[in-house]
Amino acid sequence: MNTIPNMNFSRRRFLQTSSAAALVIVGGALINQQEAWGLETKALKPESMQTLIQMARDIFPHDRFADKIYAVAVKGYDDAAVDDEALKGIIEDGISELNQLANNGFDADYINVGWESDRNALLKQVESGPLFQKLRGDLVVSIYNNHDVWAMLGYEGESFSKGGYIERGFNDLEWL
Amino acid sequence: MAKQYDLNDDSVVVVIGSGAGGGTLGTELALKGIDTVILEAGGRHEIDDFENDEWGNFGKISWLDKRTTSGSWRVANDFSGLPAWIVKAVGGSTVHWAGASLRFQDYEFKAKTTYGDIDGASLLDWPLTLAELEPYYDKAEDRMGVTRTHGIEGLPGNNNFKVMKAGADKLGYKNCHTGRMAINSASRDGRPACSQVGFCFQGCKFGAKWSTLYAEIPKGEQTGKLEVRPNSQVLMIEHDDSGKVNAVVYADKDGNQQRQKARAVCVAGNSIESPRLLLNSASSLFPDGLANSSGQVGKNYMRHMTGSVYAVFDKPVRMYRGTTMAGIITDESVNDPARGFVGGYEMETLALGVPFMAAFLNPGAWGREFTAAMDMYENMAGMWLVGEDMPQESNAITLHDSEKDQYGLAVPNVHFDDHANDIAMRNHAYQQGSAVYNAVGATQTYPTPPYPSTHNLGTNRMSEKPEQGVVNKWGQSHDIANLFVSDGSQFTTGGAENPTLTIVTLALRQADYIAEQMSQKAI
Ligand SMILES: Cc1cc2nc3c(=O)[nH]c(=O)nc-3n(C[C@H](O)[C@H](O)[C@H](O)COP(=O)(O)OP(=O)(O)OC[C@H]3O[C@@H](n4cnc5c(N)ncnc54)[C@H](O)[C@@H]3O)c2cc1C
Ligand code: SF4
Repeated sequence: MNTIPNMNFSRRRFLQTSSAAALVIVGGALINQQEAWGLETKALKPESMQTLIQMARDIFPHDRFADKIYAVAVKGYDDAAVDDEALKGIIEDGISELNQLANNGFDADYINVGWESDRNALLKQVESGPLFQKLRGDLVVSIYNNHDVWAMLGYEGESFSKGGYIERGFNDLEWL
Repeated sequence: MAKQYDLNDDSVVVVIGSGAGGGTLGTELALKGIDTVILEAGGRHEIDDFENDEWGNFGKISWLDKRTTSGSWRVANDFSGLPAWIVKAVGGSTVHWAGASLRFQDYEFKAKTTYGDIDGASLLDWPLTLAELEPYYDKAEDRMGVTRTHGIEGLPGNNNFKVMKAGADKLGYKNCHTGRMAINSASRDGRPACSQVGFCFQGCKFGAKWSTLYAEIPKGEQTGKLEVRPNSQVLMIEHDDSGKVNAVVYADKDGNQQRQKARAVCVAGNSIESPRLLLNSASSLFPDGLANSSGQVGKNYMRHMTGSVYAVFDKPVRMYRGTTMAGIITDESVNDPARGFVGGYEMETLALGVPFMAAFLNPGAWGREFTAAMDMYENMAGMWLVGEDMPQESNAITLHDSEKDQYGLAVPNVHFDDHANDIAMRNHAYQQGSAVYNAVGATQTYPTPPYPSTHNLGTNRMSEKPEQGVVNKWGQSHDIANLFVSDGSQFTTGGAENPTLTIVTLALRQADYIAEQMSQKAI
């Protein structure tokens, strides 16, 4: 992921903003100003990447997690889609369908539907489809296998190199 | 030094699989001076290879060959290609096991007599008793270093145990302690004490937990009477014109087929692969598969009644610190039909890391209810519920009629439906598990569905009468005198207890029997 600091604010009027996140698209790149990162897409449309990131957050919503966690979790699809037309089709078709449903119901693309409960209702309609199934199944691994996520959820991970917890609080619970 | 035997050496006993059953049996035979070859489908990963990483170690050594599922059990929906969590490596599932080592109770060997006729259940009494097994239970516990037996201290309780114990006390349960565990509480048998690392399911990097990989097999190899051949997946067992088995065909590490001759063959591939191998070995003399004149091979598949309860508190627990399963309540492990079901269940502490918690808490779930639980991970305590399930003839391992594995052999299908007794027991266990945590202030409890099966049992069951099962009380097949079953598939019924101590006990007893039969030239 390439970081693009010092974004030029005067270009803001050319940028498409999403409702839920500080994610914007500049040319072929997704930019998150607050979190100071950017992501260039290779195979997928940048708008599709933006939608995937929002879908990932809506499927596993953790309000403490920065967008970057979700972006990292779905970034692999863009890499894979370079050589995998079938995958690219599942993603782009799935997103078109979702946007179609969003426009029918809310006069907006998925990312611009304001309330999570409304976006959830849209996801419910595509829940058995190939994109949702794939996303949910992959995300449950890619999000929760991320070491930054472990730290935020209070899981310390590997402990052998530190000698286990025998001297580090395996029985330190005092509140009972 | 470890010996190497010739493929044409027909004096060797061939053991298929190196887990709890096969690894113990092969070692014990070698210690008795019997030439033994263990063929193991998986690789040999020593302790240095283990990773404190749930998915990392799972991907490295699990049995991931193709399998299919059917039936109404939830695993068939949640993990359709992964009915069971079994290790494919030297040491078998004793690399990943938690170490809980409990004896069966007397009445559990007499399930049919005790429970009577239960609709839809194919219950039988075991052809042996607790009294007959006791000397071998003693030997197994001593060998495995089971805590709270033979004067071995219990393990210290971790945070997850403290929560369970406080809840159990409040609820009036009388029997709650840190378990009988095949994990060293002090150094013993050349292995150190547990350092409370907390990755018991990923292989114990201290070697404090008993596993055939490092606690048995090296002792066998030292005798010069045992060869363990890794990356050797047995495809078929062959027999001579008289119907005695005389060789096994296996795929070596390069996928080439080899034929190892044998004086006797002991099958210990765990309860899915063992019946599959017997079925895949059908011949003109045995058209329904080896040892299958009863038609019982693959039938009566049991997986224990299981479930978990995870509970959230307003303060941190950090259940993942320390031994994964070292806390037990045994009060519900009795037969009290007044509860609405026969048989009993155990309540045992269990902790999963974040990756496995996400996969197993409520498979298929998404949205805020799920993430609210994950957000409270640090404040969670957890227990596993494990009890006796009813054997049913229709729960079975069968050969798939079209799907083939990498060697062109039919893959196994695992069919399972919960029995009404299993469901009633699970509901009771969920209620009691939640009550334990509610008694000490849980703010949420999560009744978590069964994981892919870790306790696979019963598919080559022991029976007094040859028409009712596959093997006799020694694990010797009713049909072929020099063909044995040496793993959990021998179990006539499942009992409430985690099965491995009983598997090891039966293997030690079988080794004596095989040695005796060999010296009498009966086999
Ligand atoms: C995460 C986890 C936790 C557990 N915790 C406990 C616990 O606390 N207490 C307890 O009692 N039990 C526990 N168990 C269960 C325990 O591990 C098993 O009951 C026990 O290991 C089964 O012994 P087995 O000999 O039948 O099979 P395994 O130990 O699984 O060994 C079978 C071996 O055979 C090999 N094999 C299979 N087919 C072939 C073939 N065709 N050719 C060559 N080799 C073959 C396999 O690769 C494997 O290595 C746990 C299991 C898991 C996965
Ligand atoms: S907690 Fe103890 S038994 Fe478990 S892996 Fe760690 S050292 Fe081994």
